Amino acid sequence: MQIKCYINGRLFNEDIEPDMLLIDFLRNLGFTSVKRGCDTANCGLCTVVVNEKAVLSCSVLAASINEKHITTLEGLEDEAKIIGELIANEGADQCGFCSPGFLMNVITMKKELENPTDEEIKHYLSGNLCRCTGYMGQLRAIKKYLELGKDGE
Amino acid sequence: MKVVNKGINKLDSMSLVTGKPVYTDDIAPKNCLTVKILRSPHAYAKILNIKTETAIKVSGIECILTYKDVPQTRFTNAGQSYPEPSPYDRLILDEYVRYVGDPVAIVAGIDEKSVQKALKMIKVEYEVLKPILDMEEAIDNNTVIHTEDDYTVNFDIGNDVKRNICCSGGFESGNVDEEFEKCDVIVDEVYHTKANNQAMMETFRTYTHFDYNGRLNVISSTQIPFHVRRIVATALDIPKSQVRVIKPRIGGGFGAKQTAVSEVFPAIVTMKTGKPAKIIFDRYETFSAGTSRHEMKMKVKIGADKEGNIKAISMYTLSNTGAYGEHGPTTVGLSGHKTMPLYNKANAFKFNFDVVYTNTMAAGAFRGYGATQGIFALESAINELAAKLDMDPIVLKQKNLLEEGEVLTAYHDEHLQSCTLNNCINRGKELIKWDEKYPYRRISDSKVRSVGMAIAMQGSGIAGIDIASVQIKLNDDGFYTLLIGATDMGTGCDTILAQMAAECLECDMDKIVVNGVDTDQSPYDTGSYASSTTYVTGMAVVKACEKLKEQMLEEASKIMKVEKDTLEFDGKIIYNKDNSITIDRLAQELVVGDGNCLMASGSHSSPYSPPPFMAGFVEIELDIETGNIDIIDYIGVVDCGTPINPKLAKIQVEGGIAQGIGMAMYEDITYNTSGKMKNNSFMQYKIPSRLDVGNIIVEFETSYEPTGPFGAKSIGELVINTPSPTIANAVFNATGVNIRNLPITSEKILMEMMKK
Ligand code: FES
Ligand code: FES
Repeated sequence: MQIKCYINGRLFNEDIEPDMLLIDFLRNLGFTSVKRGCDTANCGLCTVVVNEKAVLSCSVLAASINEKHITTLEGLEDEAKIIGELIANEGADQCGFCSPGFLMNVITMKKELENPTDEEIKHYLSGNLCRCTGYMGQLRAIKKYLELGKDGE
Repeated sequence: MKVVNKGINKLDSMSLVTGKPVYTDDIAPKNCLTVKILRSPHAYAKILNIKTETAIKVSGIECILTYKDVPQTRFTNAGQSYPEPSPYDRLILDEYVRYVGDPVAIVAGIDEKSVQKALKMIKVEYEVLKPILDMEEAIDNNTVIHTEDDYTVNFDIGNDVKRNICCSGGFESGNVDEEFEKCDVIVDEVYHTKANNQAMMETFRTYTHFDYNGRLNVISSTQIPFHVRRIVATALDIPKSQVRVIKPRIGGGFGAKQTAVSEVFPAIVTMKTGKPAKIIFDRYETFSAGTSRHEMKMKVKIGADKEGNIKAISMYTLSNTGAYGEHGPTTVGLSGHKTMPLYNKANAFKFNFDVVYTNTMAAGAFRGYGATQGIFALESAINELAAKLDMDPIVLKQKNLLEEGEVLTAYHDEHLQSCTLNNCINRGKELIKWDEKYPYRRISDSKVRSVGMAIAMQGSGIAGIDIASVQIKLNDDGFYTLLIGATDMGTGCDTILAQMAAECLECDMDKIVVNGVDTDQSPYDTGSYASSTTYVTGMAVVKACEKLKEQMLEEASKIMKVEKDTLEFDGKIIYNKDNSITIDRLAQELVVGDGNCLMASGSHSSPYSPPPFMAGFVEIELDIETGNIDIIDYIGVVDCGTPINPKLAKIQVEGGIAQGIGMAMYEDITYNTSGKMKNNSFMQYKIPSRLDVGNIIVEFETSYEPTGPFGAKSIGELVINTPSPTIANAVFNATGVNIRNLPITSEKILMEMMKK
């Protein structure tokens, strides 16, 4: 079937199988920041943004994004660099495999939550698993990131 | 020190965190055949017949391989040094399948769909055999798991395969029985640790192709590129010179990728078809057809006098290696040798073990590698001894603790040259406010807060076996290329090795270029495991850099026409009181005319494996009505010698503690009565999320290890060892019950409380 969508602002007209998952659709088009970590929608690695909302691309059919706007980390390079730098400064980047999905959710969280507490941050991001870092360094980095906007940066 | 001991960002940070295509599947060419495995539904069976005729006709299918199509040379998938200690008990595909998930057929085709379709059309007829699922029933069972006559071991490991014994052995120093006679108090208990899954976020994956020289290239997410070269060559029965292994960035390993789980499958497809091939394990397969932590049952006996002087320790470990012996013979030793030395003051030690085959998934390497299991057992027993003596466990431990300068009887008589464990305990005690909080405080009708603690050790590389070599060259612009064979799997070893090189060559980090591993280019390294990289490879870096510096001085003296020993090196220039030359100039002069391109190599192996140490403390809140535990604070204080990069070291500790908490509280691979794994996904096998780990606080108590680079020891594995005994201790302090069976679940706590 034929679908039309915008990925990171660019128009795509693609011919797809009706049962194709969004994650495979995106990776096939070269958006390889989107990672797969599970088969049961439990890890959060595949998170992308569809029309402003964070979704698990492993749990959505590509067919369902017809006419929609999708953002992957490739489309948020500047923001990714800012958060990435903060994470790296904490040493909280190990294998990095969980990073893209995690960053997508952090960016959405910043838009959705105002002055979240540590507990709220942890809850919001609880679907993003990381096996390497123990989460503490990520939390330190996110808190710095959330501070950023505040002094007009 | 200018660069070492500084919290420098990882060299690959930005490309990793911003999602650049750096992992195996991101760089695999699109024209790779998709490879998938048909797996056994039976725990133990003989294949009587496989029909592939209809499956091969599915459009898009390139090849289907069964046990009849593979080379008949047995090998092990374990990535270990010569002579390989794990038995040669595998074929790529075997006539017998020995666990649910064992490969039966390999299917390759142009896309996932056709391969899936073909998989369903293969018809297999099995003779189902009676499996062994309980390790305690393995020895002398009527079922024998490996009956093949070409089963071999490379040296005496106490193997008796007819009795399902993969390996056995022991050691004794002093006379434990005599010492136990003299003791006032004895603890004698059995502790049971479970199989856990490494659960790295990137599943197993490999792609293969022939290069323009007709050699097989293997690009794989592995911790052991050089071992993979050997394993693939052996399994395919081709010369090692025909194989090249490249390691891109890796999405975590934790030991899982110290076994060549996925490599042979696309490799044989490429051999048979001549085409590029790729296998990506899904999460189910990664859970149920990889390798787990060895399940162990440890019987620990400890005796002490009334004052709490420990006289003797004996341990017996029964370890479950599953269907294949990968890492079986090597993990078990750590359960005794990397635990008992903590209480080196005892007069006698005894340690015996059996490692047995069962019809469950093979066990393998997982961070901690046997020490983790042993530490749970020994530290739990010591905590129980303290309770019997009516002593604070910290007092008991400090009284009997090993000390710098001692010869460690139960640790191959190694001389302990660096140890600040006692300070680690003191500092942790302060941070958790032990004296205020021990043993527990009641905070409401149903809630109790309590503290618990444990100590741990590990090694740094495998003494006398691990070897690392590195090369460093001076380039024409005065910067250096560091070639290493050690594999960065997210741990940051490329960065810390570059830090060491920059320190030796007195330059900035941006003057050092580090390359990933390619067995055609990189110098040999046994790989990144056994906590060896910082300590062993680090020393090789120091040696290579020293040599290169000497060569630079030598060349400078020729150009400057002065005696070499008048010259000084400061990283930017080489000089004496009259004259100087910049490193840039020198580098350029050396690449023209009768110059001399400089390159130095260094190899290192250590007769020692100095233990790093850690003290872990936890505060939990326990609901006495439900048995539920919440972690409030976890404190880890670590002696890893000199932390080469304190920032990266800290994250190693935080991450290790989080994994340890998972092991302590819920990670537990279980099988149903026919041997099928029950929890093969993140849905059923829970790993800690960010809501589960409490607040982790980490500090270092630096020591100086004279045999390590800049005083460093290892850190990577040690840090997973304390949570299980620490949390068990806190549960005891809250409730008076001892949980000796991991994981420590609320059901077990309630059940034990009810028995009281
Ligand atoms: S891949 Fe795990 S949640 Fe989507
Ligand atoms: S950094 Fe490896 S999974 Fe998060």
